[in-house]
Amino acid sequence: MKLKKLLPQLLTLLFIVLIFGFFTMNAQENMDTRGIEFGFGFLTQEASFDIQFSLIDYDGSHSYARAYLVGLLNTLLVAFIGIILATLLGLIVGVARLSPNYLIRKTASFYIEFFRNVPLLLQIFFWYFAALRALPMPQDATMILGSSFMTIKGLYTPAPIWTNFDVFFTTLVAALFLIFFFVKFAKKKQEQEGKQLPVLMISLAIFLGLPLLTFLVGGVDLSFSFPELRKMSQSSYTFDGGMGIPPELIALTLALTLYTATFIAENVRAGIQGIGKGQKEAAASIGLTPSQVLKLVIMPQALRIIIPPTTNQYLNLTKNSSLAAAIAYPDLVLVFAGTAMMQTGKAIEIVGITMATYLTISIAISLLMNWYNQRIAIKEK
Amino acid sequence: MFKYVKQLTSLVAMVAVLFAFTTETMAAKKSKTLKNTQKKGFVRCGVSQGLPGFSNADAAGNWTGVDVDVCRAVAAAVLGDANKVKFTPLSAKERFTALTSGEIDILSRNTTWTLSRDADIGLTFVGVNFYDGQGFMVRKDSGITSTSQFKNGISACTNIGTTTELNMRDFFNSKGISYEPVAFEKADEVVAAYDSGRCDTYTTDKSGLAAQRTKMTNPDDHIVLPETISKEPLGPVVRQGDAVWEDIVRWSLNVMIEAEEYGINSANADMMKTSENPQIKRLVGSEGELGAAFGLDNDWSLRIIKQVGNYGESYKRNIADTGILPDRGPNQIWTKGGLLYVPPAR
Repeated sequence: MKLKKLLPQLLTLLFIVLIFGFFTMNAQENMDTRGIEFGFGFLTQEASFDIQFSLIDYDGSHSYARAYLVGLLNTLLVAFIGIILATLLGLIVGVARLSPNYLIRKTASFYIEFFRNVPLLLQIFFWYFAALRALPMPQDATMILGSSFMTIKGLYTPAPIWTNFDVFFTTLVAALFLIFFFVKFAKKKQEQEGKQLPVLMISLAIFLGLPLLTFLVGGVDLSFSFPELRKMSQSSYTFDGGMGIPPELIALTLALTLYTATFIAENVRAGIQGIGKGQKEAAASIGLTPSQVLKLVIMPQALRIIIPPTTNQYLNLTKNSSLAAAIAYPDLVLVFAGTAMMQTGKAIEIVGITMATYLTISIAISLLMNWYNQRIAIKEK
Repeated sequence: MFKYVKQLTSLVAMVAVLFAFTTETMAAKKSKTLKNTQKKGFVRCGVSQGLPGFSNADAAGNWTGVDVDVCRAVAAAVLGDANKVKFTPLSAKERFTALTSGEIDILSRNTTWTLSRDADIGLTFVGVNFYDGQGFMVRKDSGITSTSQFKNGISACTNIGTTTELNMRDFFNSKGISYEPVAFEKADEVVAAYDSGRCDTYTTDKSGLAAQRTKMTNPDDHIVLPETISKEPLGPVVRQGDAVWEDIVRWSLNVMIEAEEYGINSANADMMKTSENPQIKRLVGSEGELGAAFGLDNDWSLRIIKQVGNYGESYKRNIADTGILPDRGPNQIWTKGGLLYVPPAR
């Protein structure tokens, strides 16, 4: 009986091992014929190519391993910004889709239908080659928000220059901890005594006040370096100082955000509509305000419906960020599975590493979201 | 956690399957590539995604260019018909993998011959069909006429996966100029980005610059600077491990060049059979048994000359008459002061 159960599994395993073994041998044989050696030694070699945009110190004299790290961080950056913006936009549009206001409701659904149904690569091309290309050259750019410039070569903003940043940062982290304990305390107080503290206001005060205090007593100082126009030739200009955000990053973030937000918005709408009407009416009948109804009754229940499919969207966004290669944003695929692969010829190793990296990122996101999902799930007592 | 182990196993299996589709077992014994090509009835040739003069497809899907002609010459030699070629357009990034994995049998795609490519990644360069060098293109109204006028902060558009990316770094570093590299996967996107003003300069091989300039909204607004910052000998590439196939491709190219040297062209090739000069007679197959060494008949070289023409005809048709580079420069036969000097076909 036990054998009958185990046999199919054993056979499957054997089959997989055989196939994998055959293909490994095949690859080995082919690589031998062509004189290609398998190995990861190339990672420590000098990369000798430059990368346009890097979060860490990098130039061509660093190793391929460091180039990999640059690409990975660029991928994580665009994924991180994209996920946050898409969630915010998705939440707003999802709620707007259920608005009693005709205009808001229709605008939201038009936006969703449009951006959801146009292929993402096309949207990336649109933002990069059509929309951003309509921007002025640096010398023709008008100042926005007092000191920033939006040009065809990117967005130039003032760059912060910190003194004693570590003191400021430590205080910020401490403030966050303080808020965490305060919220816990406030909740307990409400449960025991029924008193409600103005949680949001006090949290905000801690969050802003404590770090600001370091400017007075901690020797922290902040100044800005502003972008300045400089002439390079008769017709071309650039900006010195300040912080330059490449248009490739802007276009990619825009496209990923607008595309993914449509799916998240639909998840939010489904989540809210999935809660019975009776819940809302019951909450209203005991005297809760509409915002309290949403916050205390609807959302906690709707989140259980919203989170699992939204996790998928986060994963999609991260994986879709690899379309960056089309518009020269130096992400993992462009830098590592592109330039590095070409220069070293280590196709199998590099594709392997790249796939393992995306797998790791995706699993990390899933685990985090599953943990959150379990936390908010209904606890049977 | 077991769930992920399972996912991982299935992933590994999938990788293996994918890998199997892109490779095929190739024994080094006899020319398996030649046998396969004759069985299939066409030569599988990797070309660019559109570089006028080198490999470019017209609206009807007909490929022309000096790189294309190398593949046509091989087809004429081994299959008897220069049109029996299947062209696969490849990006700079894809090209070597396509060749080593067996998707194509010849890579004739303005590819620079370098030591690391030749020795490291399972490829063999068979010759040079175009002597080139890397240059820069700028907008005319910038007033820049030499690379010495480049200033810090210049942004340079180029392709990824090319020697260009490496030369560019060497060049700017040696001049002590800070620059912003903007590297795209496809040439058309590089052109679009440079044309719209994203970059101050566009850098690639000079022949490429001349060819891509014709694609700009207003070609006359751009100039190619006189400086050449690198040596770029471009030539066809084959997979390592099939020496006979390598020889066939090498000598198909050499025949085209040598035919020009001896004044044999597509129009007079048949008449040359009765020439007094034994070297001419060997080239048109009326003397010697040159084809036998590759397992081909004796008319292989005659077919190349008749169907594709000699190197000079190919250059004139594709590069000179199209206005890309009317001056042959180093790509002239050695007897006329150029660099084209091939070993004798005998």
